[in-house]
Amino acid sequence: MHRSSEVKHVASYLNTRGCECFGQPCESHCPVLTDRTIHVQLKTFIKIRVKPDRTGVVTDGVKHSMNPFCEIAVEEAIKLKEKKLVKEVVAVSCGPQQVQETIRTALAMGADRGIHVEVSGKDYETLGPLQVSKIFAALAKKEQADLIILGKQAIDDDCNQTGQITAALLDWPQGTFASEMTLEADKLKVVREVDGGLETIKINLPAVVTADLRLNTPRYATLPNIMKAKKKKIANVKPADLGVDVCSRLEVLKVDEPPQRQAGVKVETVDDLVGKLKEAGRV
Amino acid sequence: FSCLQCHMILQKSSEYRSSWRLQLWYALLHHPNTLFLNLTELTDQQKEFQEVARKFAREEIVPAAPSYDRSGEYPFPLIKRAWELGLINGHIPEDFGGMGLGIFDACLITEELAFGCTGVQTAIEANSLGQMPVIIAGNDAQKKKYLGRMAEEPLMCAYCVTEPEAGSDVAGIKTRAVKKGDEYVVNGQKMWITNGGKANWYFLLARTDPDPKCPASKAFTGFIVEADTPGVQPGRKELNMGQRCSDTRGITFEDVRIPKENVLIGEGAGFKIAMGAFDKTRPPVAAGATGLAQRALEEATKYALERKSFGKFIAEHQAVSFLLAEMAMKVELARMAYQRAAWEVDQGRRNTYYASIAKAFAGDIANQCATDAVQIFGGNGFNSEYPVEKLMRDAKIYQIYEGTAQIQRLIISREHLGKFKQ
Repeated sequence: MHRSSEVKHVASYLNTRGCECFGQPCESHCPVLTDRTIHVQLKTFIKIRVKPDRTGVVTDGVKHSMNPFCEIAVEEAIKLKEKKLVKEVVAVSCGPQQVQETIRTALAMGADRGIHVEVSGKDYETLGPLQVSKIFAALAKKEQADLIILGKQAIDDDCNQTGQITAALLDWPQGTFASEMTLEADKLKVVREVDGGLETIKINLPAVVTADLRLNTPRYATLPNIMKAKKKKIANVKPADLGVDVCSRLEVLKVDEPPQRQAGVKVETVDDLVGKLKEAGRV
Repeated sequence: FSCLQCHMILQKSSEYRSSWRLQLWYALLHHPNTLFLNLTELTDQQKEFQEVARKFAREEIVPAAPSYDRSGEYPFPLIKRAWELGLINGHIPEDFGGMGLGIFDACLITEELAFGCTGVQTAIEANSLGQMPVIIAGNDAQKKKYLGRMAEEPLMCAYCVTEPEAGSDVAGIKTRAVKKGDEYVVNGQKMWITNGGKANWYFLLARTDPDPKCPASKAFTGFIVEADTPGVQPGRKELNMGQRCSDTRGITFEDVRIPKENVLIGEGAGFKIAMGAFDKTRPPVAAGATGLAQRALEEATKYALERKSFGKFIAEHQAVSFLLAEMAMKVELARMAYQRAAWEVDQGRRNTYYASIAKAFAGDIANQCATDAVQIFGGNGFNSEYPVEKLMRDAKIYQIYEGTAQIQRLIISREHLGKFKQ
């Protein structure tokens, strides 16, 4: 039981960009994909369009919701709290006013309080992993968090950077692509899903963990918890209050849809196939 | 000043009936939209509740529904899950472990669950129906005992009024309750009781005054009966046309002894309680029918955008797109009707007129939309591998239970003529 006095805060970063796929059409990684996200399979398919001025994708009127990997992160944090291994779960999100809904969802799942880092307008459009990581590192120091759990990547930009950069800025160990994590004394055992299979590592706390698909199955928010969540606090913070400059070092030059897929050709025999491939210069 | 103030001033004016201009004002004030303020936007909490119910229905009920329909097995795992999520027993007051939700919120949830499977939704709705007499007429001890336990465990309850010889004619029920000391001894037969074989307790309506001249408003008494009381004999599970996973049975009461503490309000108050419950349970039933119609519409639309005939998608043929348009019209109107009925009762007003309209309309359009969906699917629609034939079978009961379509029309005409005569 000494665990609960040492691990004070678990902060969960929530990405609410929703289904924007910078530079790539939604077909390739929209929430309906089955290998990424089990529980969002039945969401209605949102067609993402590139803006006419080719500076990004159209986000007006697109429903934004919690990033699926972040849902898994929140679920893991709440599980730790239920096992009495951590004392408090704080859900954090950066963005405009709408992200408060996502924070409320995390509160309804069982987080204790929320922090909304207000970033809106032009700043929000250019907000990327580096700025978010800086905000996050600053918050972690301010809140004296012992463990940060995030989704491994956002399904809109697929950057897979925030967790790693945050750990580097804080000089904390990181356990990324976690499919299993166990708190043992003051160390964290993380089983990571890597290309070659599964890798088990032991890292010291405080640490950063990024959640992969098979870490857990996020719970539904129950109706009584949704009602209780209304009473939980969401603090408002500005990046400037944390001493973070959200100016982007990247400039998007252009965003294009991929070329339209051409019709295929049916061939009768294997020889025909080889012939056609040679013609196309592929073999 | 406000519309409502105008209305009250006009009513007091003795001239208003004669003046055509004032009559126009009167008609305008009674136009639904000027008074129905709530409909434009759901609150955040309502949206979140709807979201949970929608997710649960689409992810857990929809895939499981066909096998429950085929086997007729009671969907207890789904009901337990819904209970864990807080989706049922919403109307139980907060003091007794519930969430004290209004009828409007309960309807939103019901529509989403019904989208998944109306058999499952009916099993859940029967809980609300059984609890409603206790919620509106129970004393604190009764509420604590019978509502409290529903909030602690996933238990079911049932509403026992209909008999083999008396459905619409509630005043004609023959189940007798005779007072003997501190107990009532009940004998009789009930029929078509949803959750009859699964309930932990029943709301029972029985005749306590044997005098045939005694008016219905004084002759009946409402009781809470524990299902394990000796003498309570549920019959076999009935095999119905649709909503087949819902448990419907006849129940025989043979010398069942009920303690007097389980009488609701007092002897003779039963009829009013039974009828009063309907004002709160008809809007959710209408919501259920709307959920079914919405499902029919969505399935038919998806199919029409995939199936081709004569070189184009069938949705591009006007005959089909007009069918879809009419289905859409009916679904939207049914939704507005039940929301109005639910909102009225949540405001504390008598909503009998609106509740009957909502239930009658939603039941009718559910059948029409299900039939049209089968039509759009064509030959495939008739086949059990496609989801719409189940919708057609499930829809029929919405014109029968909770007050038949004909009884609803009786109620609506009575209310309407009553208003006119004033």
